Amino acid sequence: MSVDTATVAKIASLARIKVTEAEIGAMVPELNGILAWVEQLGEVDVTGVEPMTAVIPNTQRLRDDVVNADPLTGGDMRDAVLANAPAPEHGFFGVPKVIE
Amino acid sequence: MTDLTNLGIAALRDGVAKGDFTATEVATAFNAAVEAAQPALNAFIVTTPDKALESAAKVDADRAAGKALGTMAGVPIGMKDLFATKGTQTTAASKILEGFTPQYESTVSQKLWDAGAGMLGKLNLDQFAMGSSNETSAFGNVISPWRRPSDTAPLAPGGSSGGSSSAVAARIAPAATGTDTGGSIRQPAAFTGISGIKPTYGRCSRWGVVAFASSLDQAGAMARDVTDCAIMLEAMAGFDPKDSTSLNLPVPEWTAGLNADMKGKKVGIPREYRLDGMDPDVAKSWDDGIAWLKDAGAEIVEISLPHTKYALPTYYIIAPAEASSNLARYDGVRYGLRDLPDGAGLQDMYAATRAAGFGPEVKRRIMIGTYVLSAGFYDAYYTQAQKVRTLIARDFTEAFQQVDVILVPTAPSSAFALGEKSADPLEMYLNDVFSVPASLAGLPAMSVPAGLDRSGLPLGLQVIGKAFDEQGVLNASLALEQRAQFTARPAKWW
Repeated sequence: MSVDTATVAKIASLARIKVTEAEIGAMVPELNGILAWVEQLGEVDVTGVEPMTAVIPNTQRLRDDVVNADPLTGGDMRDAVLANAPAPEHGFFGVPKVIE
Repeated sequence: MTDLTNLGIAALRDGVAKGDFTATEVATAFNAAVEAAQPALNAFIVTTPDKALESAAKVDADRAAGKALGTMAGVPIGMKDLFATKGTQTTAASKILEGFTPQYESTVSQKLWDAGAGMLGKLNLDQFAMGSSNETSAFGNVISPWRRPSDTAPLAPGGSSGGSSSAVAARIAPAATGTDTGGSIRQPAAFTGISGIKPTYGRCSRWGVVAFASSLDQAGAMARDVTDCAIMLEAMAGFDPKDSTSLNLPVPEWTAGLNADMKGKKVGIPREYRLDGMDPDVAKSWDDGIAWLKDAGAEIVEISLPHTKYALPTYYIIAPAEASSNLARYDGVRYGLRDLPDGAGLQDMYAATRAAGFGPEVKRRIMIGTYVLSAGFYDAYYTQAQKVRTLIARDFTEAFQQVDVILVPTAPSSAFALGEKSADPLEMYLNDVFSVPASLAGLPAMSVPAGLDRSGLPLGLQVIGKAFDEQGVLNASLALEQRAQFTARPAKWW
């Protein structure tokens, strides 16, 4: 499978990365080179093989249902959460208007 | 007094404990070395001399008060700028995070500070740890302290932990943290003649580490020798409830368990790693390593890892897929860069921010990842790669029924010059050929210096172990280290 300029533009849009026509033009051969190379995986017989989900066997843990059991990841830290926001407003994350 | 910057972790810690010198003297010496080298090597994105002095003062005060000292007490280290450090800018070497000041400390860095280490600064790296030469950083290339004797061309320190490797090799930091997703600790260690270990996936907490590919990312230690790596890894590792993939196992006493006697041990040599057209010096250093382990008492066994050739393409589907998902968080809303063109809506802001903030290699990988996860291609690429990953891991499981550790080269060549491979992304990816398989299988692996090649540059040997058997990896690496007698170091030109 290979990509053309329309596909690259579509991927860029899905990835939310603004690209110029020139950048798309440069990416087409690069991405095709990489895709052609990874395509060799198609020759591996994977009949009956499960896709890997966890590389080292582990169990999913649940934490205790306690408010602020771990203060580092608990609540009540609005200012710390907003400290690096580029445009906080009134104690919230600010974004451009999204409702007409 | 001896030049303190010539000492490693164990010697510094023991010297401070004995009172041969103070932690403050150590921090002062390394701060000065960092400052002198920074313009030439660019190993750090920010330096934090005050932090180093602050930690040192605490160690000196604790010692004076007769308190017990930690295993890294009085050792100032470099922290890869992928670890969140409270109050100190953390960027992942990307413009999109420039100015980001974490409000919390990563688990791994906190453990190191708790053990008495201090911070010299945040080390440069490939942007979001994506690269093998440190040329994708938004804060400039890191230069290796090594040069070919024949010229002064700047060489790659490896990547992505290139600031870490450059700093340790240049003796401006006794040790540094690294992270390894497909070889980012081992390959830079090999390129610069130092040691580096990536433990079993899950040994070190990923909490507070900027995510690249979460099923592969693992922190580890980079230092001058195997013993120092063991000490540092012991301080970094351990169960962390804040990381859902953290291993709930006690941390073994790797340092106390170090033993270079390989009698009764079997070392696997996978035939698939002997590539056509292999660099003759790399092949020779591998043969040297085999002879050294034999000399240490090991039995050498030829093994097969049949899916080796598929490891790289598998990696270059899985890692970008996970990266495209992980890096979706950089949207100009919660932290980092925001680019809001006049009159732009929310979607335009996302796209403009990400276009302005991410470097070309990061964009390339997000694009690949988005494509392989998109409707219609998901099964052909991503699911297929996950199945092949199962087979690659199974190869190792079967091999480890016959052998205790596996010995292979770390990288296909010694360090290349900056610019030599950066034009073609595929050629750069091929540099990870020997390091990626162990990453895909989540196994502990270590690179130790083996010698110099014909151009006078270091080559590394890699030991891969069973899951959870860092001890076996460290021990075989120690056996190699004792026989390689690697004492070469870069002549100071900076």
